[in-house]
Amino acid sequence: MTKMSTSIEEYQPSEAELVRRAFRNQRKRQSTLVAFSSTVIVAVLVFWGLVSTPGWDRVSETFFNWDVAVAASPRIIDGLFLNLRVLAMTAVSVLFFGLLLALLRTLRNPVFFPLRIFSKGYVDFFRGLPLIIVLYLVGFGIPGLRLEFLGRIPVEILGTIALTLTYSAYVAEVFRAGIESVHPSQRLAARSLGLSYSKSMRLVVLPQAIRRVAPPLMNDFVALQKDVGLISVLGAIDAVRGAQIEVAKFANFTPYVLSGLLFVLLAIPTIRFTDHIAQKLSKREQSGSAL
Amino acid sequence: MSDINSPKARLIAKGIRKQYDDRVILGGVDLEVYPGQIVALIGSSGSGKSTLLRCINLIERIDDGQMWLEGEDIAKPGIDEDAVRQQIGLVFQSFNLFSHLSILENITLALRHVQGKTSEEAKEIALGWLKRIGLGDKADSYPDKLSGGQQQRTAIVRAVALNPKLLLLDEVTSALDPELVGEVLELIKDLKQSGTTIVMATHELSFARDVADWVIFLDKGVIAEEGEAKEFFANPKNPRTREFLTRLKQG
Repeated sequence: MTKMSTSIEEYQPSEAELVRRAFRNQRKRQSTLVAFSSTVIVAVLVFWGLVSTPGWDRVSETFFNWDVAVAASPRIIDGLFLNLRVLAMTAVSVLFFGLLLALLRTLRNPVFFPLRIFSKGYVDFFRGLPLIIVLYLVGFGIPGLRLEFLGRIPVEILGTIALTLTYSAYVAEVFRAGIESVHPSQRLAARSLGLSYSKSMRLVVLPQAIRRVAPPLMNDFVALQKDVGLISVLGAIDAVRGAQIEVAKFANFTPYVLSGLLFVLLAIPTIRFTDHIAQKLSKREQSGSAL
Repeated sequence: MSDINSPKARLIAKGIRKQYDDRVILGGVDLEVYPGQIVALIGSSGSGKSTLLRCINLIERIDDGQMWLEGEDIAKPGIDEDAVRQQIGLVFQSFNLFSHLSILENITLALRHVQGKTSEEAKEIALGWLKRIGLGDKADSYPDKLSGGQQQRTAIVRAVALNPKLLLLDEVTSALDPELVGEVLELIKDLKQSGTTIVMATHELSFARDVADWVIFLDKGVIAEEGEAKEFFANPKNPRTREFLTRLKQG
């Protein structure tokens, strides 16, 4: 007969449980060892395969040249700051316009019918249109209108406008999915307390929706982080364009590799942060950890 | 037949009808509720109890019939539905507390944003209620940290704190463990003693017998039998009522 107790201090694991734990620990050590050795083997094989290719010496000279990397870095890093400025401006405006588009689609009053249709059409159109075409149309089209009172619009502003146009369409869909994922009973409870439609949206539905879509929003942010490099097609001297200039100067591709690595480095903290948030959210509703 | 404009009745509903396509949920239900009364709606699932409550709260649109709240026609065209709902509280079987807000914020939300109270006033009212139901120390907890009984009592208090003219309870104990039902019923009894007017759909027959003033048995969308509570349970007249009561007692 087992002695029943809810006390933490007095509890002694049974013989059977101790055997299970020992077995699990041994298994764990085994899998760690297997994972480690297979990683080493794969890494060695890949490296050896690469180095032993006939053209390796030339490739390492033209793509991984340390001296060129050092010489090119000031211009690339300068350019990266331009990318970061565009990223910041775009992220803020995308959040605003994306949410606005999503909200327009939820309006049910017939007065707003044209706005609802506009939002739907907009999202369809800009999700289909390649970003690079939007960049060309905005980057060369808006200045082409010759709006003298605006003066000369800086390229980074034009780039921000183009990126905002496209990304707002994606983010609007994320927000809309979030709004629709809030259970109708929450809205029902809000309305039954006498809250108006807009107040129940603002105070009850949106706060829950935004929390829920944080991970996919961050994912779009990661995508945006590298797509800001596309403003180079407008002639802005950003990291990509800066690298291109250095490539031409040295007749060596290392600057491209360098700017690519910098973009990856920039993205990694955001990616880790996204994982962290997603994990935290899923932990709250998870059970059945053995599966 | 009572006078529609009688200042005495808190709620009068006449010939309430609700149908989805060709399925009739409510086939013309009459209801009168007087201040301080508890009216219990009983009947099997699908008999129309919940739908009737939702119709009174204007969350479902009625397909026919008329309703007056303290003599005011609340079913007339162009009525300000939000304003009516502010005077009628509705509590759900599934609690429906706002999961992103603390217990305290759940209660203060409508006090602040519907009744326009300052956050201090709202907090004071909410804390008063939470202490009354013994949840004063849970004010800053989130709904998912509370037991079902605690959540449901919070949901009831969230509605009552607005001081509604009428409180509608939709099977508020049906989603609870048997041992948590008692604390919720205690609160309802307590509310009746302080004069709250309540219409409740329920399966708790002994509670209906002991605490309700009037009992209505709905069967397939119509009133099969109604009466003063003690009399209703002691002497059910309709064979359907008798069948329902025995079945529930056995179950």
